[in-house]
Amino acid sequence: MDTAPLATSDAPIDDMAPGDVVLDCQADQIHYGDFLAVRDSHVPIRKNQITGFIGPSGCGKSTVLKSINRMNDLIRGFRFNGQVHFHGMDIYDKKVDPVSVRRNIGMVFQQPNPFSMSIYENVAFGLRLNRFRGNIAKKVEKALRGAALWDEVKNKLKNNGLSLSGGQQQRLCIARAIATEPQVLLMDEPCSALDPIATRQIEELMVQLKERYTVAIVTHNMQQAQRVADQTAFFAVDISKGGRTGYLVEMAPTAHLFENPKQKLTKEYLQGEFS
Amino acid sequence: MTIPTFSDFESTAPLSKPPSSTDIFFDKTFRGLTHAFTLGTILLLGYIVLTIGGKALPAFSDYGFGFLASTTWDVNAGQFGILPEIWGTLYSSILALIIGGFFGITIAIFLTQDFLPYKVEMVLKTIIELLAAIPSVVYGLWGIFCLIPLIRPLADFLHESLGFIPFFSTSLSGPGLFPAALVLAIMILPTVAAVSQDALRAIPHKTKEAAFGMGATRWEAILRVMLPTASTGIFGALVLGFGRALGETMALAMLVGNANQISLSLFSPANTLAALLALNFPEAGKLETPVLMYAACILLLITLVVNIAGSLIMASTSSGVKR
Repeated sequence: MDTAPLATSDAPIDDMAPGDVVLDCQADQIHYGDFLAVRDSHVPIRKNQITGFIGPSGCGKSTVLKSINRMNDLIRGFRFNGQVHFHGMDIYDKKVDPVSVRRNIGMVFQQPNPFSMSIYENVAFGLRLNRFRGNIAKKVEKALRGAALWDEVKNKLKNNGLSLSGGQQQRLCIARAIATEPQVLLMDEPCSALDPIATRQIEELMVQLKERYTVAIVTHNMQQAQRVADQTAFFAVDISKGGRTGYLVEMAPTAHLFENPKQKLTKEYLQGEFS
Repeated sequence: MTIPTFSDFESTAPLSKPPSSTDIFFDKTFRGLTHAFTLGTILLLGYIVLTIGGKALPAFSDYGFGFLASTTWDVNAGQFGILPEIWGTLYSSILALIIGGFFGITIAIFLTQDFLPYKVEMVLKTIIELLAAIPSVVYGLWGIFCLIPLIRPLADFLHESLGFIPFFSTSLSGPGLFPAALVLAIMILPTVAAVSQDALRAIPHKTKEAAFGMGATRWEAILRVMLPTASTGIFGALVLGFGRALGETMALAMLVGNANQISLSLFSPANTLAALLALNFPEAGKLETPVLMYAACILLLITLVVNIAGSLIMASTSSGVKR
């Protein structure tokens, strides 16, 4: 598995300048069985920036995010029409192994989900999966420092990851995701299960992370998008054809979108006229 | 300043009333009954241990701990020892645990990790649980008339070609340790499979999602995340299965050969404590009964130690983890 094309690709991503589109998600149609969940959404993700996905419940923002690293392949009946361009290839190409996609595009979930193993082993998990031969302890420390968790756990690395508080668990999950240094980090409402203090810590962390990684985050919290996102994509639900199909209404640099939305729907949503 | 009383609360909310005296009566009675039954169970266990121990006391004072180390069982000479039976009990149960544990855990993985549609999983789960409904004596008959003839060619082949290995050093003459252990393995399989399945199903979906999100393949997710996460429950399944194998009587009495000997060979006849008790009690005289009670005490002790040790290990591995 670790010899799959993506893992060994030497596409010149590091030559890209910050702000270049590193991952281009063109979701024409996403189905769950017969249900059309998302249509016509084109979301470019830019290097070393945070791209925020906002919108009301059921607008398909999580579905689009989870399509980017093929997490939705785990759901029966999932079909993706469109392309996700990454490293000059289509992630949905038949030749691409979804496992190698997930090793290059990390994910942090809505609920903190550390494994029931030690803090150290949680962070080392991805390194061991990729058969990393170097100094694992060093990489674990680096990842925990990167997730702003090192000082809190350095004396109890052998404790179970589940013994930490909710906010610490989520930072542990971030450390686990960045330990293998993926180029893109997807975050699906990473703060929705956390209190305001833990939320603020994660937000500060995200801003630090974009120095080295490219981040896409789904949030139901518009203030959060305003605080952290460089680009914001606004999704809405189309109920005109009887179903509840999500689609991208508008995408722009965050300040533009919030101060000067082009679409009426965006303006109404941002002013809290519907939810 | 007045202190509010219950009558004040009543007057403020006309539809809310304090529990009536009947409610309180039922509540107290129910609580009392649960306490009584719990205490009764504990007392019953103590009573059983004490009475068996009391009946075994004469034999204990006559034979002491030498009883556990002696290999002779001669009623006429008044010499008794149960070392071969302890050996046979542990050997057959450990063998059954290895075979039944392996297949039970494999089945549990197969039936919980999305290899099959949910409905098919449920049908297969029920069929495997039906194995537990087959009476022990039927297993014994099946072992004698079907299993032993079935494995005889294999046993002969192993003995002839690999006879220098102690495990295959004798030929299978009929009943013996290996057929007994095989049947035991089948008998403990539904327990191991069912409890392991429960443990694997209890893992939250988000854990599985995390494993796949990190880029684990299906087998990496199972071996590196699912099995370690369920390990406490799976260990419990193995302890339960081992406990059942130690005490299983009827099928063993029919299949193990009831030979008072200690041998490493899988194909030689052996004996177990449970089989010894079942076969000797009907004709036991005044001399033999306390001796058998002593043997029963030892069997009880082994199963209790296995279960308590299992519980302690499970408690120590799961402590400090918030779920």
